[in-house]
Amino acid sequence: MGFDIENYVKDQAKNNVILFYKGNVDSDVINHVLDTVEDKMAEANEQSKLRKKVYNVLVESLQNLYHHVDRVPEDYEDQSSEKFGLLVVQKVDTGYKIITGNFVHAENIEKLEEKIKRINRSSQEEIKELYKFILNHQRISAKGGGGLGLVDIARKTGNKLDYSFKEYNDKYSFFYLNILVDEGVEAKQEI
Amino acid sequence: MEPIVIEGTPKTPTVKFDASAGVFEIKGRSIPENSVEFYKPLVDWLDSYKDTPLPKTVVNIRLEYFNTSSSKCILDVFKKLEAIHKAKNEVEVNWYYEEDDEDMLEAGEDYESIIRVPFKMIEIVE
Repeated sequence: MGFDIENYVKDQAKNNVILFYKGNVDSDVINHVLDTVEDKMAEANEQSKLRKKVYNVLVESLQNLYHHVDRVPEDYEDQSSEKFGLLVVQKVDTGYKIITGNFVHAENIEKLEEKIKRINRSSQEEIKELYKFILNHQRISAKGGGGLGLVDIARKTGNKLDYSFKEYNDKYSFFYLNILVDEGVEAKQEI
Repeated sequence: MEPIVIEGTPKTPTVKFDASAGVFEIKGRSIPENSVEFYKPLVDWLDSYKDTPLPKTVVNIRLEYFNTSSSKCILDVFKKLEAIHKAKNEVEVNWYYEEDDEDMLEAGEDYESIIRVPFKMIEIVE
C-alpha cells in the first residue's frame, strides 16, 4: 500500500528546480516561499510581466492548499502537518512550472475534477465571465476560500489546468496540479 | 469620524480613509490568507461614512498584487461606495495599474462592469 508522492514530481521536474517543499502549509511557509521565489526571479532578471504572473499564481496555489487540503491519511508518515502539501517551482524554457500536490478524500474527487473540467472546456472569454460571476455571486466559504483560485490561475496563465489523481488507498488520492506560467496568450499569438 | 490609517505589510495594503477630506486610498499588496479579517473593519467604517458622506468622495486603488480572497472583499468595499453614489453623491474611483500589467487593468475592468460607480483607469508610467 502507499506510494512515494515525490516520484511523480521527480519525473515531471528533473532540472532547474528552484524550490521544493513538502510539509505543513501555514502562513509563515507561504511568506517564505513567496519571498524566495520573488528573489530568484529578480536575480534571473525576469520581465516584470512574467514575474507578476508567477507571483500571482503562486499565491493562489499556496492559498488553495492552505484553505482546501484534506487531512493526511492515518497511515501517512507525516502526521504532524495539519495542512500537508507539496510544492515544486521549476524554471522552464518559456517561463515557470508550479506543481502542487495534496491529499484528497475519495468523496471530494468528483467535485474537484468537475470544477477543473469545466474550466478546461471554457474559452478565455468564458473563464473571464465565470470569474466575474463567482466574484459577484459566491460568498467566502467557511474554509476561507473564495472559490476563485483555480479560475484565476486558468485566467492568468491562459493555459489548461494539467492535473492528475493518484490513488493512495481506497479512501484517499493524491492530487497533482501542474501549472505552466509562460509568456502569456498574447505572446503565443505573435509567434 | 476617526480616519483609518493602516501601515502596509508584505501581505496587507496601506490604507488611508479620511472622512473629512473624502479621500480613501488602498495601496500595495493584498494577499492575506484571511482577507475578511483585514477588510471587515474597512467595510464597517464605510457603512458609517455612508450615512453622512461628503458631496464628493475620491477613492484611489493602487494595488501591486491582490489574491482572489481579497477580490471579494474589495468588491464589498465597492458595494458600499455604490450605495453612496446611488444616494446622489459624487463618487470617483481611480484604479491604478502599472503599464505592462494587463491583469491588473482587467481586474479593474471587472469591477467597473459590476459596480455602478464611475471608474478611471490610470496607467502608472515609471
